[in-house]
This record gives sequence, structure tokens and C-alpha cells, in this order.
Amino acid sequence: MWSYVLRRIGISIPILLLITVGLFGLLQLTPGGPLDALAPPEAPLSPQARAALGRALGLDQPLPVRYAEWLSEAVRGNLGYRSDNGEPVSQAIGSHIGPTLELMGTGILIGIIVGILLGVISAVYQYSIFDMVLTVLAFLGISLPAFLAGLLGLYFFSIQLGWFPSGGITTPGTAPGLGQNLMHLVLPALLLSINQVAQIMRYTRASMLEVIEQDYVRTARAKGAGSGQVVVHHALRNALLPVITIIGASIPNLVGGAVFLEAIFSWPGMGQLFLTAVQGRDYSLIMGMTLILAIVVLLANLLTDLAYAAADPRIRYGT
Amino acid sequence: MISRFARHRMAMAGAVLLVLVCLAVILAPLLARQGADAVNLFAQNQRPGAGHLLGTDSEGRDIFARTLYGGRVSLIVGVAAVLISLGIGILLGGIAGYFRGGWDWVIMRITDVAMTFPPVVIILTVAAIIGPGLWNTVLIIGLLNWPIPGRLVRARILSVREYEYIDACRATGASSWRILFRHALPNAVDVIVVTGTLGVANAILLEAGMSFLGLGVQPPTPSWGNLLSAANQLNVLVSYPWQWVPAGVAVVITVLSINLIGDGLRDVLDPRAGR
Repeated sequence: MWSYVLRRIGISIPILLLITVGLFGLLQLTPGGPLDALAPPEAPLSPQARAALGRALGLDQPLPVRYAEWLSEAVRGNLGYRSDNGEPVSQAIGSHIGPTLELMGTGILIGIIVGILLGVISAVYQYSIFDMVLTVLAFLGISLPAFLAGLLGLYFFSIQLGWFPSGGITTPGTAPGLGQNLMHLVLPALLLSINQVAQIMRYTRASMLEVIEQDYVRTARAKGAGSGQVVVHHALRNALLPVITIIGASIPNLVGGAVFLEAIFSWPGMGQLFLTAVQGRDYSLIMGMTLILAIVVLLANLLTDLAYAAADPRIRYGT
Repeated sequence: MISRFARHRMAMAGAVLLVLVCLAVILAPLLARQGADAVNLFAQNQRPGAGHLLGTDSEGRDIFARTLYGGRVSLIVGVAAVLISLGIGILLGGIAGYFRGGWDWVIMRITDVAMTFPPVVIILTVAAIIGPGLWNTVLIIGLLNWPIPGRLVRARILSVREYEYIDACRATGASSWRILFRHALPNAVDVIVVTGTLGVANAILLEAGMSFLGLGVQPPTPSWGNLLSAANQLNVLVSYPWQWVPAGVAVVITVLSINLIGDGLRDVLDPRAGR
């Protein structure tokens, strides 16, 4: 098991490096580059002063040297400083990552629980009205972009019906508390999970249908096990194997959805910080956030692989 | 095969919907009495009614016309971007699958990265750097979305290259490139059609997202994404829902119909996959 974990981490590190090299190159090779982002060409700055500023920042060094410099600092935990207010990038990320993990974690959890539940029901009652309605809804869910779900949800549930607060993580002027935080969390987390519920449901259904037809399930039935017991104890466990992979594969998409939902619900997380960074062309912030994001995504992938290995002994002991 | 598709109820529903959307978008000049850019400062923020079927925006432009013309832009962006990503995906996937070896390894590692990393994050970063605009949007979506078709084509070519007819081609002295393009790739057409169809849906969603954030197609050119971005202003979101809801409905109907068609095509072309 441990050698398996180590091997997976070993594969992840080159991918991580490749991502940072790609982004670094892209950011540096753009017209203008970091110097123009810091001091716009129209700023009253003599060419000599510009050059001096570039030298002071190490921008006259060749690209590979600058990348090595960035990497060696990043490994030691220094991701540079934001260009808008000079705050250390690591500190900015630290203060924004909590709300994002809260939002995404809740979204994933809802997605997994509701998705698997509906998928199983829809497979067990194949071709019933319930199954057909769910299939149509799943297609709608897959076709609904997160930001549109966010807009519609905000319009109907927060503004028209007034059930939920319309944004932020707490209401200003009231005592912050867990209950209040949850009220702010429910709507964006539910909207974020729509896409995942739809995807996980479809895969669970397909996978359940395949497993239900297998001989060992028929054997269990023949031995007199109740149909509920057959579904839960015999079929579900094997049916969930491919679903685990889908959960892992849907995480990149979930991150994208979170960016939009954070923007729409003024959720003070990484998504909003990222949009600020992108719109202000804040190079250190973009690089730092991308690095952290890549690590989080790769960790999530690792967890998915481990869950798969834990559920399927063939993987653990195979090649 | 066509009759199998016709019997696939969901796919047929999708096809009918998509034909309706395309007709509406193509016939926009006949359906809408106003042009998409006809400003009328005496008719700002009007409710849907007789003069303007879906009301007007803050500059008195007709929402119905803007939604139809915006559809042209969104559909063109979707199709053009997919043509680019299919082209690259087929070429690189074909090379990786047919020639194997070092190139295969390099191409597959790049797709690994592209598929683990959130596409929205890369797309928004690149869009902010290169700058917004119609053709930049097409290029960004097209150039960043080849890994999925690439992987699928590679997988197919990997199995096709072991067939005996490929050996026969080789025996007649055909060059590797000729075998790849004339004999092996035609056997991947089903994969390409399905991934291309689903790719258009994905590209339309990406355009909408980019334009929604102001990083895609720029006004006054209407697109479904930048029509939706009007809802970024709280007063438009709350008081003038007719200014953003139609574009949202249009996106969902279009993407839904394309997804239904793509799913149906997959069932028809490979009866074993999915149910």
C-alpha cells in the first residue's frame, strides 16, 4: 500500500513542475510582461528608471534563471508579494483558502451523497417515471453552467423568495456564528453541486445496471437475500468502483464552477482572489495561486486513487 | 444507423431543438424587427411587450434581436473552437497512437496535465493575458481543449494499428503518414464525431463563462455570455430579469440539445457503451 502511495506521489511531482513551467513561461512571454503590469507604459517613468527597476527585480536575467529563482523561493514558502497592496501572496492565499475549502467540500459532499442515492434509485426502478424524470433532469444539470445556476439561484431563492442571504459569508452587523455561516453556505454549495449530482447520478445508474445483471447478484437473490439487501450489500459496492474515478475527474470542473459562484455570491475565497489577480495581471499572485491549486487538485486525485485502491484489492496487489 | 438514431427518442428531441435554435439564429433578420445594435434612448429598460417581444436593455436595444444575433456569435465560437481543437487532437492523438515511443510519452504527459488542471483557471489566465475579443476567445478555447479528443483518438488508433489491414497497407509499401491518415484515422470517425459534438456544447459554455466575466467576446458585439454579464449589476439582476434570462435560457436549450445528440450518437455508434 505505501509503495503504491509513494509511486502515485512520484508521478504527481513532475506534473506539478510542468504546470508551473508552463504558466511561468506564459506569464513571462506575454507582451509587456511583469514590468508593464507593475509600472504601466504610460506611467511617468524615464527609460533609465524603468531599466533600473527591471534590474532590481531581476527581470534582466534569462528566463530559466528567473524560473529557478521563483521555484527555490516557492519551495521555501515565499511566493512573492501582491502587486496591488504588497501583502505576501502566501498570506493572501492563507486567508482565502478556508472559505473555498468549505464551499467546495460541502459541494462535493452533497454531490456524492445525492448523486449516488438518486443513481441507485433510478437504476433499481429502471424505466419507471421516476427514472425518466431523473434522466431528463440530469441532462439539464449537465447543460446548466455554474454561473447561470448561480444567477438563477440568487434571483429566485435569495431575492424573490428571501430564503437565503444574497451573498458574503456572514451578515455584517450581526454576531458571526456557525448557524449564520451555514445559512450563507447552503445556497452556493447546493448550486455548485448541481453539475456533480447530475454526473455522479448518471454514472452510478449505468454502473448499477451493469452490476445488477451479473451472475453473483442473481446468486444472492436466489439464496433468498431481500432485494434491498442485495442492492446495498452485493451490488452497490462493486457499482461504486467506477464512480470513484468520476468523482476524482469532476474536481477540476468543480473548481471552475466555484470561481463563478464565489464571484456571484461574494464568497471571500480563492475564486474571488483569483479573479482579482487575473484582472489586475498580478503575476506573483497568479503563479502562487496556481501552484497551490495544482497541489490541491493533485492531492484530490491522489485521494481518489487511494480510495479506489482501498475499495478494489486487485489494484493494490496488482502491478 | 440513421434509423437507429431516429428511434433514439432523447437524441431526436435534441436534434429537433437544435434545428429550431439554428433556424432562429440564421433567420434573425426576418424574426427580429430591430437590429442588434439599434440604440433607442427613448425606450430604455422596457418590459417585454408589443413593441419589443423581450423588452429592451439599458440603451434601448431590443433584447430579442440581441439574443438571436448573440446566438450567431456563440454558435460560431463553439463550432470554430471545436474545429481547432479537433484538428490538433486528431493530429497529435494520431501521431501518439500510431508512432508510439517518445512523442507518445510527451503528448500523453501534456494531456495528463491538461486534464488534471481546472480548464477554467487556465482559460481565464490566458484570456486576461492575451486580451479579450471574438477571435482570441475562439483561439483560447480551441487551443486549450485538444487533450480530450487527442486521448480518445490515440486510444482508438492504438487498437486500429494492430489490425491486419494495416499490415496489408504496410506490405503494399504505403508510407506511415499515408497509412495513418488514409487508412487508420477513418476508423476513428465515430470517436471524433461524438467528442466533437460534445465539445461544441462545452465550448459554448466556456465562451459564455469567459464573456460573463468580461474576458471573452466584447460588447457591442452580442454573445450569450456577454448578454448574461448584464446580470453582474445587481439592479439589472433584480429589476430587469428580461435582460439576462433569455440568453441564459438560450444557452441551456442549445447545450442541452447538443448533449442529447452527442449522447444519442454515442449509443448509436457504440451500442455497448452506456444505456
